[in-house]
Amino acid sequence: MSNELEPLADPGLPEHIHRKADTDPIAAKRAERQVAVLFSLSAVGTLLFIFSYFFVDQDQFIFIPVMGSTNAHQLGIGIGMAMSLLFIGFGAVHWAKTLMPDQEVIAYRHEMRSEDSDREDFVKAAKAGAETAGLGRRPLIKRALAAAAGLAGLPAILLLRDLGPLPGNALNETSWKSGTRLVTDPGDRPIKASDLEVGGVAQVMPELPVGQKRTLENIAKDAVLLIRLRPTEFQLDAERLSWTHEGIIAFSKICSHMGCAVALYEQTTKHLLCPCHQSTFDVTRAAKVIFGPAARPLPQLAITVDSEGYLIAKQPFTEAVGPSFWERKS
Amino acid sequence: MSARERVAANVANYVDERTGAASWMKKNLQKVFPDHWSFMLGEIALYSFLILLLSGTFLTFWFDPSMRHVVYEGSYQPLKEVEMSAAYASTLHISFDVRGGLLMRQIHHWAALIFMAAIVVHLLRVFFTGAFRKPREFNWILGIALLTLGIVEGFLGYSLPDDLLSGTGIRIAHAIIQSIPVVGTYLSFFAFGGAFPGEVFIPRIYIVHVLLLPGIFLALITVHLMLVWYQKHTQYPGPGRTEKNVVGYPLMPVYMAKAGGFFFIVFGITAFLGAVASINPIWLYGPYTPGQISAGSQPDWYMGWLDGLVRMAPPIETYLFGYTVSWNILIPGLIIPGIIFTGMALYPFIESWITGDKKEHHLLDRPRNVPNRTALGAMSLTFMLVALINGGNDIIATHFDLTINQIMWFSRIGIIVLPPLAFVITKRICLSLQRADRELVLHGKETGRLVMLPHGEFIEVHEELSAAKKYTLTQHQQPAAIALVKEDARGVLNPKGIRAKLQARFSAANAENIAKPTPDELKQLEGGHH
Amino acid sequence: MKFISKYRKHKFAAPLLLLFALTGLGLTFSVASATEAPKAVDAAARSTLIEEGQQIFLKGCSSCHGLNGEGAAIAPSLIGVGAASVDFQVATGRMPMQDMSQQAMRKAPVYNEEEVAALAAYVASLAPGPRAYTNEEIEWERDGNTAEGGELFRNNCAMCHNFAGQGGALTQGKYAPSVMGVEPRHIYEAMITGPQAMPVFSDKIITPEEKLSIIKWIKAAETEPNLGGAALGRVGPVTEGLLIWTLGLGLLIGIAVWLTAKAR
Repeated sequence: MSNELEPLADPGLPEHIHRKADTDPIAAKRAERQVAVLFSLSAVGTLLFIFSYFFVDQDQFIFIPVMGSTNAHQLGIGIGMAMSLLFIGFGAVHWAKTLMPDQEVIAYRHEMRSEDSDREDFVKAAKAGAETAGLGRRPLIKRALAAAAGLAGLPAILLLRDLGPLPGNALNETSWKSGTRLVTDPGDRPIKASDLEVGGVAQVMPELPVGQKRTLENIAKDAVLLIRLRPTEFQLDAERLSWTHEGIIAFSKICSHMGCAVALYEQTTKHLLCPCHQSTFDVTRAAKVIFGPAARPLPQLAITVDSEGYLIAKQPFTEAVGPSFWERKS
Repeated sequence: MSARERVAANVANYVDERTGAASWMKKNLQKVFPDHWSFMLGEIALYSFLILLLSGTFLTFWFDPSMRHVVYEGSYQPLKEVEMSAAYASTLHISFDVRGGLLMRQIHHWAALIFMAAIVVHLLRVFFTGAFRKPREFNWILGIALLTLGIVEGFLGYSLPDDLLSGTGIRIAHAIIQSIPVVGTYLSFFAFGGAFPGEVFIPRIYIVHVLLLPGIFLALITVHLMLVWYQKHTQYPGPGRTEKNVVGYPLMPVYMAKAGGFFFIVFGITAFLGAVASINPIWLYGPYTPGQISAGSQPDWYMGWLDGLVRMAPPIETYLFGYTVSWNILIPGLIIPGIIFTGMALYPFIESWITGDKKEHHLLDRPRNVPNRTALGAMSLTFMLVALINGGNDIIATHFDLTINQIMWFSRIGIIVLPPLAFVITKRICLSLQRADRELVLHGKETGRLVMLPHGEFIEVHEELSAAKKYTLTQHQQPAAIALVKEDARGVLNPKGIRAKLQARFSAANAENIAKPTPDELKQLEGGHH
Repeated sequence: MKFISKYRKHKFAAPLLLLFALTGLGLTFSVASATEAPKAVDAAARSTLIEEGQQIFLKGCSSCHGLNGEGAAIAPSLIGVGAASVDFQVATGRMPMQDMSQQAMRKAPVYNEEEVAALAAYVASLAPGPRAYTNEEIEWERDGNTAEGGELFRNNCAMCHNFAGQGGALTQGKYAPSVMGVEPRHIYEAMITGPQAMPVFSDKIITPEEKLSIIKWIKAAETEPNLGGAALGRVGPVTEGLLIWTLGLGLLIGIAVWLTAKAR
C-alpha cells in the first residue's frame, strides 16, 4: 500500500553535549552573573520610566538620528518600559539556556482513540439515556419540542428590529432641490460663475435654510464638486450640456463605487481620480468611467444661475448618489 | 524543613484540600514540550493577545465611544476649535493629555499588527509542516476562525478613533454591506442606525471590539491551547523522535522560564516599537467627514489584500428587472474572501481525501517532502501577495516612479498568471531538494577537498553523513497514489463515479516524489564507493 | 600587497569590499549628476527687466514654448499665465524641464532670483495674468489660522497631496508632490495658477485669508516634530505594515531562534 521502508534504524537521541556551565563552576558563576546583570538592566529600565514619567516635561523634544525630533517624555517612558520588560525576558531565557537542565526528556504519546471498552460503555450509556427519554417512541413530544425550539429563537431576532429605520426612499434623496444655491465648503458662500476660473475646482454644498445645521449624513450625500472647463472641451449630448453653465459642470463628489470623496481633479487631462480604488472619471464625458472598478459615472447635477447670478441647482439629482444598492434603478 | 519550605507546604496543602490539584499537577509539571523556534510563532500571537488586553483596558479608561459632536479644546493646537466626534476628541486627549497615553495607544496598535503577522507566520508553519493533519484538524479550523476574527477585530479597533483614514474604511465597509443583494440596504440601515454615517456605529463596534470579540477570542484561544496541551505538540523528525513520543524539555522549570521569558520579550519589543515608531497619527488625519479623503488611503496591512482585490476588480454591474447587482464589489469583497477562507478551513479534509490518509500524525513534514502541498501554499501566498501589493499601488507608484495604471494591470494579469507559475516553480524546487537529499544520503557531503588518485584521476572527497543525519533525511513516508477502482467485484464500471476519478488524479499528482534511497542501494554503496 | 593577500579570506573581506564598491559607485553618480551652479547674467549689457527676461526666454525657453511664448505641441502657451506662474515654475526649478516626462519635478533652480524676476516680467508683458508674490508680503504667520488651515487643507488639498502634505499618486505616472519645504510664495502661487495637473483655486473659492491659513497649517505640519516616534514617511499603514514584517517579526523570530538554540 505504501512504500514505508525505513532504510535506517533509529539511532536514538544524540549524545548529550554538556554546556560549559554544567562542568565548569567558573563558567556557571559567570552565567549567573550575566543573568543578574540582565535582571538589573530591567530595574534600570523601570527607573528610567519613573524618572521620565514624573520629571521629563511633556513638551520637551529631543533629536535622534533616523527618528528626527521626537517627544522626550514619550521616548523616555517608552524605552524605560521596553527595557524593564525585555530584560526580565532576556534574563529568564539566558538562565534557562545556561543553568537550567538541558537534558532532553522523552514522554510517550497514547493513541487519541479511547479504549474499545470505553467506547462500548459510552454507546451503551448514551443509548440507555436516549431510550429512557423516550423520544423515539414519542414522536408528538419530538415534533412539539422542535416547533418550540425553532420558534424560541425568533424573539432574539425580532428584538433587533429597532437597530435602525427602514431605508424607505432615503437613498434616492439628497438636499438638492430645484433652485438650491451652491455654497463653498467650508465657508458657505454662494458662488457666481465668474468666481470660478477655467481650470478651477470648488468643493460645494447645498445652501441650507437659515438655522439648520449641516450634518455628516447630509455631507455624505450632498457633497458636490464644481469644475470649470472651456465649453468647447465638453463631449456631451444636448441634454447633459444643458446641465452645465458657461463651462461649469457639477458632479456628485461621492464615488459611485464605494462612497469615497472623488475630488482629485487633473486639470491637464480633465480626469477625476478617486484615491480609494483608483477609479478614473472623464469630466468631458459626464464623468464616464475610464479606468478602475467603478461601474457607473458620477451623477451630474444640473446647474444654472438665478436672477442675482449665483449658481443654483436646476433640479434634484436624477439618480441616487453614492454606491450602488439592490433597489437602485439604473 | 526551612521556614520557606514550611510556608510553601502549607499553601499547597490548603489548595489541594479544596481542589485536589496535586493529582493533575503532578504530571503536568513534567509535561514535555519540543523546543524549536518555529514552534514559538503561535506564542508570539498569544502574548500579543495578552498585551492587547492589557493595553486596551488602559485605553478604555479614557476613550469615549460616542459620535456626539464636540468642539476640541485640548492641547493639540492645529485642531483647536475644530468640530469632531467625542470619540476622536477623547483619542486626542489620550494622545496628548494623558501621560503614557500615546505610548499605550501605539503599543496597542503595534501589538495588533504583530498579532496578525504572528498568526499568519504561525499558520504558514502549521500548513507547510502538515501539523493540521489528524488529530489536529479541529484546531486548524479554530485557528482559521481566530485569523478571521482577528482581521475583523483589528478593523473595528482602528476605526474607533473616528479619524479620516479609518472613517474612509468604514465607508468602504458600509458600501460592501449595502451592495448585498435583496437585504443590503436593510442591513446597512440597521447596522448604522439609519443613513451613513449615523450616530451609533462607533458605540456599537466599541462593544463588539472590547467585549464580544475578546470574549470569543478568550474562549477560542483556550480551546486551541487545551487541544495542543491534550494532543501534545508535534515535533520535527530526527533521531530518537517517533510518532509515539515527544522529545523536549519539561514545563517546570525550563519551559516556564523560556516561555515566560518570551512573553516579557514580546511585550518589551512591542513597547520598544511603541516608543520609537509612530503609528496611526490620528491628529494628522483629522476627524472623519464623508466629504474629505486623503491620497494614499489604505487599511492596515492584514486587510490590504482585500483593498487590492477591490481595486483590481473589473467594473461589472448588472441590472436585472430594475435591480442592481454590483459584482465589482461582491466578487472581491465577499465572494473571493469567502472562498479563500472556507477553502483554508476545509483544507485538512481536502488533503486527507486526496491522500486517503486516515492515520494520526505527530511527526511534522519537511516541506520539500510534500511538494504538492508546499507548492499549493506558495501559490496561495503569491495570490495574497499580488493582492496586497495592489492595495498599496499608489504609494508604490510614487516611491518607485511607476504609474498606478501599470501596477493595476500587472496585478490584474499577475493574480491569474503568477500563482500557477509559483506552483510549478515551487514543486520543481521541492523535487530538486529531494533529489539533493537522496544524493546526500547515498554519496555523502561534498567536502571541497580534491584528491588525485594514483592513476591520475581527480576526485572530490565526500564525507559520509552521520547516522543521525541519514535517519532524519529518510524518516519520511512516501505513500503511493490511490489507485482508481475501474471495476468493482460485481463488475460495475467506475463504481464511485467522478469523485473517485478526481481523487485518483489529485492523488497521483500528490504522490510525485523522488524515491528515498532503499536499503539495497545503501548496501551497494557501502562497498568502497566514495 | 601582502596585506591584501593576508586578509583575502577574512570573513569581513566580502562585505567590506561590497560596501566600498557601493559607496564608490554612489559618489561617482552623485558627482556626475550634479547640476551646474546658476550663472549670473551680465546686467550691464541689458537695459530693462523685460528685455533681460526676453533674452533669457529666447535662450532657455523658446525652443519649447515658442519664440513669443505662444506654445507648441510639446509645451503650452505662456500668454496670460502671469508672473506668478513663472515665479512658481522657474524659482522651484521645475522649469526648464529636465526630461519630457509626464511631469515637471521640483529640482535645483537653473536661474537665480534676478533672472527669475526678469523672466516673470517678460511673460507678464505678453498678456495680463496673476502677479508674483514675495515671501514677505505673504503674512501667513500673522493672518493665518492653523486649525482653519487644516480644515481647508483636508477639504481641498489632502485628496492629492495626502493628509500630511507628503504627496500622492495621480493617473498615468503623474503625482502631486510633497508640499513640505516649499516657500510660502510658491505655495500661494501654485494655488492661484494651478500648475500642470493641479486645478486653479480662485480667490473667491478659497479667499486670500484662507490661503494664508492653509500655508500656516502646512508650515505647522512641516515643523511639527514626530510626536510618537519615527514618522515612517507619514503615508499611513503601508509603511507601518512594512516595519512590522521587517523589524518587528524579524526581531521576534531572531530572538526565538536564539531562545531555542543550545547554549555553549
